[in-house]
Amino acid sequence: MEILLQQLVDGVLIGLVYSLLAIGLTLIWGVMNVLNFAHGEFLMIGMFISYWLYTLAGVDPLFSIPINAVALFLLGMFIYRFIISKVTTGPLLAQLVVTFGVSIFLANFAAFIWTPNYRSIGHTLLSGTWNISGIILSVPKVVSSIGSIVTSVAVFWFLRHTRTGKAILAVEMDREAAMIMGINTERINSLSFGIGSALVGVAGALLATHYYIYPFVGGTFGLICFCIVALGGFGSIEGAFIAGIIVGVAETVGGYLLDPAFKLAIVFLIYLITVWIRPQGLMGW
Amino acid sequence: MVGMGALTGKQLALGGAALALAIILPPFMSPFGQHVLILTCIFAMCGVAWNIMGGYAGMFSFGQAAFFGIGAYTSSFLLLTFHVSPWIGLVAGGMISAVVAAAIGYPCSKLRGHYFAIASIAFAEIVRISFNNWEMVGAAEGLTIPMGKGGLANFVFNTSKLPYCYIIMIFLLLALAVGRLVSTSKMGYYFRAIKESHEIAQVLGVDVVRYRLYAIMISAFLTSMAGTFYAQYILYIDPASMMTLAISVQIVLVAMLGGANTVLGPVVGAAILVPFSEYSRAWVGYKGTGFDMIIYGALITIISMYRPNGVWEAITELVRREK
Repeated sequence: MEILLQQLVDGVLIGLVYSLLAIGLTLIWGVMNVLNFAHGEFLMIGMFISYWLYTLAGVDPLFSIPINAVALFLLGMFIYRFIISKVTTGPLLAQLVVTFGVSIFLANFAAFIWTPNYRSIGHTLLSGTWNISGIILSVPKVVSSIGSIVTSVAVFWFLRHTRTGKAILAVEMDREAAMIMGINTERINSLSFGIGSALVGVAGALLATHYYIYPFVGGTFGLICFCIVALGGFGSIEGAFIAGIIVGVAETVGGYLLDPAFKLAIVFLIYLITVWIRPQGLMGW
Repeated sequence: MVGMGALTGKQLALGGAALALAIILPPFMSPFGQHVLILTCIFAMCGVAWNIMGGYAGMFSFGQAAFFGIGAYTSSFLLLTFHVSPWIGLVAGGMISAVVAAAIGYPCSKLRGHYFAIASIAFAEIVRISFNNWEMVGAAEGLTIPMGKGGLANFVFNTSKLPYCYIIMIFLLLALAVGRLVSTSKMGYYFRAIKESHEIAQVLGVDVVRYRLYAIMISAFLTSMAGTFYAQYILYIDPASMMTLAISVQIVLVAMLGGANTVLGPVVGAAILVPFSEYSRAWVGYKGTGFDMIIYGALITIISMYRPNGVWEAITELVRREK
């Protein structure tokens, strides 16, 4: 029972990081109907930035969060401007495939310059564990999930209460109507791509505190993210947040009950069952 | 549109010439050249199969590797355990794939666009993870098919790649025939109606759920055949090399690069993409740096940016202009 409770706690903790990743992805999808298959590779880049800042300059991953956010924001804008915006008017299939190309390119490029080896950040400000009546909480995991909640809430607030945020929501609801209202939709597109990527950057710094860092780390995270986004309903930020926690718990507890080898299969199965019963996802419309 | 109505004399002549070339050339190729030819035909066949569900009916599957793998595993398992001829395994694998396709396709019958794409990835990953942990079929170690006595009856040829070349070409022709038949039949029109709009197709009296299932099942059957062939050719199969997302994506790319929704497009796509990736691996990838994959990724990006409708469209346009 205690072990199960431990798994549940761990599931919620990783689930909150998934939520943050998925919010970035769903924001991009909601605004411009593009599924970014390179999302996981953006995460990988974020983790590597934290890693190098730590290894070369001794910057703790916690302090590299803002640097990560800015770097990934720029990377996102760049990729949107020079690649994504060229396909958004083309056939759907090309939109689906183009980011696959970006993802293969980025992962293998990283493997080329940094070798495919696994690395980790040895000791950070957060290293250590708390023991609360038998439940062991790893400090970096707890801080990561708190960081994810804070960032997610900040995104909520930004979207609901700033002019730019409201413009993003308006474009998400009805692109043409937003255009008529004088919103520069092209600018909103690249901004949303940047913000979505910046969120991955934040998640990358948080994950770098306790997760292995290697060029192909994005693959699994990316796939899980898609399931979360689809589960929550494409474009729904609240949905992505809730679905992230569900997936985190399902993965950890399910993996414990069945077999850790089937962790991912459980996530995918939940996705398939959900879309069977409710094709638009939990909070989609 | 390509493949509509009867073939014209000119098309027949061109096709005949291509066929003659395909029959005459292989004996003069190097073993590596023959290997590339075989792989090209395998992926062309998978691309043609993908096109039936993706190009015609608009269901973008990124999980074809599952059927590819099921075909390979069915024939290999039957051969190793019950000494069943791979030729029977070929049909058995196709049938199992079609049944699995129907079983997964039915609950997904409401899904479109991105949702369908993700569902297909999820499905293929579940299949891959299951095979990866399934002791009866060798789990992650995979299955090794014994070389045994060569010959057509055993579907194994130990001394030359040539028979493999011709067999896969026949398979490809079969797939093309099916593709063309579907494209020109009433079913093809139903598929395209479904692709345009589920609702309108439904209103016009098309049984959307059933015809979507037909498309998926035909596609799965053909992909599975290619899988069995691959197993008999390589003589070793494992989930990590057969059932990955990378294989599924390559199948989609072959169809897209050639031109989705055309009968011959995937053949053109495979003829460009597969030799490109094989030769670039041979030239720059041998050091294990993955440099070939960097080029491959860039190529995918560039194609989707500048040739999103495939090269087949460009070719037919060129031909038309010359007339």
